[in-house]
Amino acid sequence: MTARALFPADTLNLDQRRHVEALSGSVTPEQARWISGYFAGLEAGIARLAGDGGALSPEAPRAARTLTVLHGGETGNCAGLARMFAAAARERDLTAEIVDMARYKPRRLREEQDLLVIVSTHGEGDPPQPALDFFEYVEGPKAPKLPELRYAVLALGDSSYEHYCEAGKRLDRRLEALGAGRLAPRADCDVDFDETAAQWSAEALALLAAQAGAGSEVSVPADSAFPAATAHDKRNPFDARIIENLVIVGRDSTKETRHIELDIAGSGLAYDPGDAIGIVARNDPAVVEALLDAAGLSGDAGLTVKGEATSLADALEGHFEIALTPPRFLDHWAALTGAAPLRRLAGEEGKSERLAWLRAHHVVDIVRRFPLGGLDAETFVAGLRPLQPRLYSIASSLSAMPDEAHVTLAPVRYQLHGEPRHGVASAHLADRGAVGGTLPVYIQPNEQFRLPEDDKAIVMIGAGTGIAPYRAFLQEREARGAGGGSWLFFGERNFRSDFLYQTEWQAWLKDGLLSRMDVAFSRDRDGRTYVQHRMLERSADLYAWLEEGAHLYVCGDAVGMAPDVHDTLVAIVAEQGGYGRERAEDYVRDLQRSRRYQRDVY
Amino acid sequence: MAGDDALLDRSRDISQPLDRLSADERLKKSSDYLRGTIATGLIDRITGAVATDDTRLMKIHGMYQQDDRDLRDERRRQKLEPAYRFMIRVRLPGGVCTPEQWLKLDSLARAHGGGSLRLTSRQTFQFHWVLKEDVRATIQGLHEALLDTVAACGDVSRNVMCASDPQDSALHAEVAAAARQVSDHYMPRTRAYHEIWYGEEKVASSGAEQEPFYGATYLPRKFKIGFVVPPSNDIDVYTQDLGFIAIAGPDGLEGYNVAIGGGMGRTDNEPTTYPRLADVIGYIPKDRLVAATGAVMSVQRDYGNRLERNRARFKYTIDDKGLGWIKAAIEARLGAPLEPARPFHFTSNGDSFGWRETQSGRFNCTLFVESGRLANRPGRAWLDGMREIARVHRGQIRVTPNQNLIVAGVAAEDRPAIEALLAEHGLAGGLESAIRRNSIACVALPTCGLAMAEAERYLPDILARIEAILAAQGLLGEPITFRISGCPNGCSRPYVAEIALTGRAPGKYNLYLGGGFHGERLARMVRENVGESEVLSVLEALLGRYAAERLPGERLGDFVERISYLASASQVPARITPII
Repeated sequence: MTARALFPADTLNLDQRRHVEALSGSVTPEQARWISGYFAGLEAGIARLAGDGGALSPEAPRAARTLTVLHGGETGNCAGLARMFAAAARERDLTAEIVDMARYKPRRLREEQDLLVIVSTHGEGDPPQPALDFFEYVEGPKAPKLPELRYAVLALGDSSYEHYCEAGKRLDRRLEALGAGRLAPRADCDVDFDETAAQWSAEALALLAAQAGAGSEVSVPADSAFPAATAHDKRNPFDARIIENLVIVGRDSTKETRHIELDIAGSGLAYDPGDAIGIVARNDPAVVEALLDAAGLSGDAGLTVKGEATSLADALEGHFEIALTPPRFLDHWAALTGAAPLRRLAGEEGKSERLAWLRAHHVVDIVRRFPLGGLDAETFVAGLRPLQPRLYSIASSLSAMPDEAHVTLAPVRYQLHGEPRHGVASAHLADRGAVGGTLPVYIQPNEQFRLPEDDKAIVMIGAGTGIAPYRAFLQEREARGAGGGSWLFFGERNFRSDFLYQTEWQAWLKDGLLSRMDVAFSRDRDGRTYVQHRMLERSADLYAWLEEGAHLYVCGDAVGMAPDVHDTLVAIVAEQGGYGRERAEDYVRDLQRSRRYQRDVY
Repeated sequence: MAGDDALLDRSRDISQPLDRLSADERLKKSSDYLRGTIATGLIDRITGAVATDDTRLMKIHGMYQQDDRDLRDERRRQKLEPAYRFMIRVRLPGGVCTPEQWLKLDSLARAHGGGSLRLTSRQTFQFHWVLKEDVRATIQGLHEALLDTVAACGDVSRNVMCASDPQDSALHAEVAAAARQVSDHYMPRTRAYHEIWYGEEKVASSGAEQEPFYGATYLPRKFKIGFVVPPSNDIDVYTQDLGFIAIAGPDGLEGYNVAIGGGMGRTDNEPTTYPRLADVIGYIPKDRLVAATGAVMSVQRDYGNRLERNRARFKYTIDDKGLGWIKAAIEARLGAPLEPARPFHFTSNGDSFGWRETQSGRFNCTLFVESGRLANRPGRAWLDGMREIARVHRGQIRVTPNQNLIVAGVAAEDRPAIEALLAEHGLAGGLESAIRRNSIACVALPTCGLAMAEAERYLPDILARIEAILAAQGLLGEPITFRISGCPNGCSRPYVAEIALTGRAPGKYNLYLGGGFHGERLARMVRENVGESEVLSVLEALLGRYAAERLPGERLGDFVERISYLASASQVPARITPII
């Protein structure tokens, strides 16, 4: 990120910029926070003395329309985009209020003037869990007419799912139906949302600024819409040294779960328990080789990616997803080859089977089955999605492990078309992640998964690598001497091989930091026992903990575990509280609304 | 004199308050007759282990908590607890079982015991590799076959041994019955076993009713009883805390010579611990057997050292109080003096292999089972073979004190079928060297928690190397007793072997030589803490001399004794005898 993005030319003059740059190099983070608070207070004071043109506000404050950025998500991506949008808005003298859908009072909608919605889609086109209340209200009969409202929707999703960006689409449709005016067209972002989101933000900002009559009409370049948040981010990851990389499941395990320790000393990276780490992994050169072979292309072929000249082999290794096929590649390849089966799948007729078929056919499988001669590199990659960093909940706490970040990772390996296949980061770490090497990483904050105050009790539910953030939680609580009770539910396949971090939980149980632990192993002799079964066995105690104010966390598999755990929770509340189903659902929703039920599922 | 208790040092025995005795004594006392928290530990899903205190109590229930030591380090790095498993030892007085019981043992070994059955040097079976959640099922399975594991380990009378006499004399039958009688009489009476393992209801009863003989703190340490029928000393009667040597007259069994104070265990670098051979202190007529057993055990119960566990065996009580005092105490409790010991004669402590015709006209076949391990291995489908035999066999199956098997009571017409099965499964044997047939290894690594070095897994290799030396000296046909233990405790009775190794560290052993061929003399330590090459070079030199200088019929152990006597005739006996 350039200085230009941090200090747009129209904000500070050259001399002022030099002062700020000099100052920013010398202050500690605490001093920086104090300075920022100082200026914020000063600005507020100046604003109150309306009309007094101070140095910080060359123009008189305008009686502008209100602007709210409403975000809803489960991973922190939407919240992050909202913060970046608000920061960019400030640079254009627009004040935006950021609100999480989980805490938004829907009746406020009728008072909104300009509303930007950033929302992600989960599972089968569902809204994010913390936003369910908001959706229910907006889509329900109580929703008011909103003729005064202007809005724009930024939808996040994953095009390899059938109901791509559906939650955003639903809000976009509904707000229009309620009479609101669309400020800018909806943008649907795939997992590589940065560019689309930046474009959408720039567009929305330009429109808002223009209509507010503010300043010049210069268009905001997309790449400068978002100021840099930290020194190291997704685009500028830190090369962390791998100091441990060990399979931590025992022999005979059906898994290959790894514990990885990264040295982040000197990176400036900081994180809180609950945050994720993004690993900017590269594709396996052997897989690239196979794809080049299938496409009849040379790895040395030159091409330009994001304005930089590179070789096709390097681009396929570092810039594009080349395993799972995105729908856009199907369209692309159908158009290029004209192959009837592909065209049928891409068209309306193939809609129902498209995603299943894509899951069963990686890019290389499609290229092999529908080969195309005389292809050039640029054309080939045009249908590919940018390679995305992989996010993992951090399994350590900085308070306990200064300068380190631990990751628990279960490599994805399977057979497809008679060949072994594997996940990108999994293979990168398992096969090319030797201790002593480096790994490009950045921190992805997750405000949706946070420890409560030290004296509050916590109930942690996790399956498989979903146990990772709880290790961070307990490390943190141990370092802080936190006194709140803690109860862990953990599920995996086999007790003897797959009890992740077993000796650590045992030690914490022994010294009382961990108050209780229940485990379920689905492939041991009893079989088919999952965390929700253990929750049911402990219904009375679990309900008592909730009644006494415990915070509840769920981490792990989004498709299988999380919904089962959720349903079980509702059932337990209904049974123990003597409630009907509906009231129990309200109870659980209240937990979510008050941020006492947080999920980190994937 | 036994009556002079006022002058006796009783500062370490049961007369003292518990807080002056060892933690083990307090644990036994507070365990509510061996209940402890075993039942809750079994359902704790966070660990494959049980509480440390419970592991001690569970020994008296016949099981040891162990872990796969091959994986211990690897799992520690993986943040996984050790791969805990349980060793379960059956109570099998005299080592006798029926084919039906064998089939049950076999199926339990396949279901829960990692596919192997281990014959022990105390004539019973051990299951290894049993998971915590399978312990109950294993014990209930044994119960179905009228077998149990009560008192197979721990501070009680252990599995009572009895000569395995392949001739099946009438005398042997009578002695075997006596061994069972003693075993049953001195079994712990606590109901804890039934409650924990069979799930039976707890019945209210007073402490005295629970353990009329042992009391709440049981014995200071394990107590080993064995019956032997001369001239075979297969049970190594001199290594028992209490040995009964059967004395027969013209009309069969008349009584027993009583031997007390044998024991193998020692602790490294603890000169106050040592192996000791039993002393024959007299003779009792056979109708005094149960009373004599009670008299001997109660002396140890009341005077044994309960403060220092490594000095708690009966042999130390005898040496601390004096053999004469102990004998008098026993006689006082018996109400009569022991009669003078009767003459007897031993020839060997090994097994004799192959078919023998018994006095009743049936046939017994002794099978060599290397290290007592029955499993299915390439060319040696021994577990399968014994299962097939048990399916057709109509007699008994016996475990010998040397970890071998006897298929006993085969009718002449059934012999061909048994022989065919033995041949088919590689059980017929007959090709092993004489030293191999006279070898014993304890289990040691990877399961035994005490092992410092390999034993069972190393035996085949070290024997092959010794066999090469023997072959070069033309001694392959010479029966020589060879025993190896993974630690100094000596479960394979190494200290009475002609050649023995006891483990000190991975690949390092103490080398002992010169034990008596029929178990009558302790071996001498000739090298301490040495590796295989040093062991082999000592043996090469020794066996060379033995081949050249032995007297007619002279056993290796006797030869070693003669040359070391010559070598050190004028010297004070050293801890290590550098005879070679």
